[in-house]
Amino acid sequence: MFGIRFNHGTIERNLILLGLLTLITISIGGLVQVIPLFTVESTIERVGGIRPYTPLEQAGRDIYVREGCYTCHSQMVRPFRDERERYGHYSLAAESMFDKPFQWGSKRTGPDLARVGGRYSDEWHVLHLRDPRHLVPESIMPSYGFLDRPLDYRDIGQRLATLRTAGVPYTDAMVANARADLEAQARPAEDGSAFSARYGRARQMDPDGNARAITEMDALVAYLQMLGTLVDFTEATPERLRQQ
Amino acid sequence: MPEGLTAQAVPITGTGPLSRPQPDYVDAPLRAFAIATVFWGIAGFLAGVVIALQLAYPQLNLGIEFTTFGRLRPLHTSAVIFAFGGNALFLTSLYVVQRTCRARLLGGDDAAWLLFWGYQFFIVIAATGYLLGITQGKEYAEPEWYADLWLTVLWVSYLVVFGGTILRREEPHIYVANWFFLAFIITVAVLHLGNNVAIPTSFGSAKSYGAASGVQDAMIQWWYGHNAVGFFLTAGFLGMMYYFVPKQADRPIYSYRLSIVHFWAITFLYIWAGPHHLHYTALPDWAQVLGMVFSIMLWMPSWGGMINGLMTLSGAWDKLRTDVGLRFSVAAVGFYGMATFEGPVMSIRAVNSLSHYTDWTIGHVHSGALGWNGFITFGVLYWLVPRLWGRTKLYSERLASWHFWIATLGILLYITSMWVSGIMQGLMWRAYDHLGFLQYSFVETVAALHPYYVIRATGGVLYLTGALLMAYNLWRTVRMPVAEANVALPNASTLPAAA
Repeated sequence: MFGIRFNHGTIERNLILLGLLTLITISIGGLVQVIPLFTVESTIERVGGIRPYTPLEQAGRDIYVREGCYTCHSQMVRPFRDERERYGHYSLAAESMFDKPFQWGSKRTGPDLARVGGRYSDEWHVLHLRDPRHLVPESIMPSYGFLDRPLDYRDIGQRLATLRTAGVPYTDAMVANARADLEAQARPAEDGSAFSARYGRARQMDPDGNARAITEMDALVAYLQMLGTLVDFTEATPERLRQQ
Repeated sequence: MPEGLTAQAVPITGTGPLSRPQPDYVDAPLRAFAIATVFWGIAGFLAGVVIALQLAYPQLNLGIEFTTFGRLRPLHTSAVIFAFGGNALFLTSLYVVQRTCRARLLGGDDAAWLLFWGYQFFIVIAATGYLLGITQGKEYAEPEWYADLWLTVLWVSYLVVFGGTILRREEPHIYVANWFFLAFIITVAVLHLGNNVAIPTSFGSAKSYGAASGVQDAMIQWWYGHNAVGFFLTAGFLGMMYYFVPKQADRPIYSYRLSIVHFWAITFLYIWAGPHHLHYTALPDWAQVLGMVFSIMLWMPSWGGMINGLMTLSGAWDKLRTDVGLRFSVAAVGFYGMATFEGPVMSIRAVNSLSHYTDWTIGHVHSGALGWNGFITFGVLYWLVPRLWGRTKLYSERLASWHFWIATLGILLYITSMWVSGIMQGLMWRAYDHLGFLQYSFVETVAALHPYYVIRATGGVLYLTGALLMAYNLWRTVRMPVAEANVALPNASTLPAAA
């Protein structure tokens, strides 16, 4: 059967041999598929505009993860005609390169959110999160009214520092000013020049209109409103994106 | 023929050679694992029914954070896979390794109790975390760093206890069921370590961020995720099949050679299949194609394993009419064959472009989880519980038969409704009207699924009902008079013949 005379009984009588051979056998596929993703340069496209999340957006993203939004929403537009028309340009690897964890998702009980940023107003998002069926009667999404509570961002600097340790290119100034930047972004009435100097086009916003408190709602909407907006696709044309 | 060929193929029933006294097997903690299997099974099925109903009737999310679908869904998947499936795997692996090695468990009762309470502790800290919103946000790997660390310690102990028992064996050969259990334990350890490399934001905080991000994180996650299916829910449960189906049928495993091919092909091929969860994403095409090709190849060893299990019944098919436990196990192997055919089909990129992100995937998973993992566990419990408690027979074969048919009907409702809703939604997403515009808004496709979500929830209620019947039946079995204990079913008569 094996061409040469081979006695499987040898393996069956030696636990260490059986265990080692099993370990080798199960290691091959994973190594072949994972290692090149870290070494092949064309894996992540070179496009302009990608930046780490602002502290408010990152706080919102952590809420997105906490609430398990990925169990119903994907963040990965596939390169099909209908998806392009429904959601926009197909997703690039570069657009999630600072995502810890990635939230591409596996199920679309609700629509894809990879490019939801800017498609609705801040107010729409707040009303929709509080009571989805108020705006979309057929929706089966849970109500997230409980997000109208103050955001706990005491450890936001620690979070950014941890993300930096894990490879996200936050600068020293970004980490040191994390709290100030979070507050500046959530208070559009205040001077945001220092914040804008660090995070470019990121918008100051107070989605729930409650100037007295920075809420979880504010943070989550800030995250949703930037999704898919970083890359300028008039410059990142298919020819330039093609994997070399 | 190589030496030992028949030895591995023939688990002999009867009482074994009288000259060798039976070791003092560790049984009490195994009874606890059996109880935990039933308990967590019912808890997991109940959570599934609740979230299925939430999708049909969103008001059931109750508007409070602890009961939203997003937090309960990981509770359901973890309860079923890791709590129900995990306890069943501990139960069967520790039972089988002692009998087939003719050796008392390494570390005795204390080690087994440590594994039992350690694992229940892991389940509880992971589950409470989900309700509080403590999650890594990666499917089937939701537990945060502190729970992951605890599980690592526990899993190494499991490997030591299991492997140490094999080292103490009196039988020269390691029985095939133990190969599968060993591959399951080793691979789950590798996957768990590989996918959970994370840095806590501080040691007082439950929050952590992973070392990988974006596309690499996606690949590592689905390398983990698909092989949680491949090794937790397949290799481990195949270990059950290779011991309990021959025991229940009172027949040797059909083919020893097929066992060898099955084992090495499954362990080698499964690991490659992860990228089929990432078709048409930003994962590079070369990785997607590798995932697809290996997923299709996986069909063959999967069916080899199914054939090995089913053909074991050669000459004993009549037992299906009289032995409900065996009926569960054989139906399970049938569902295994069906799910492992459907899987390769769905891994084809063209098919996946339709099926991905839809309920078809959910239906596929459940034909495996309800049909294969659930049914083989029920079959094992009906066989094992009377023996572990020293009872002569099951309290009611009739009730068990009711369980079988109610649960089977539940599965059929579940998977057929998910086929219809999945394919329908996939087609509606890509439908164009005669003017060339998308025909349906997203929410129209959501509204169209409502009837199928009701049917699915009904299927889940039936499956849960069956499990409750089983719990009652097993409880009455345990409570039966012990007068006939000394003529109880043979418990330890389960050795492969000596070489």
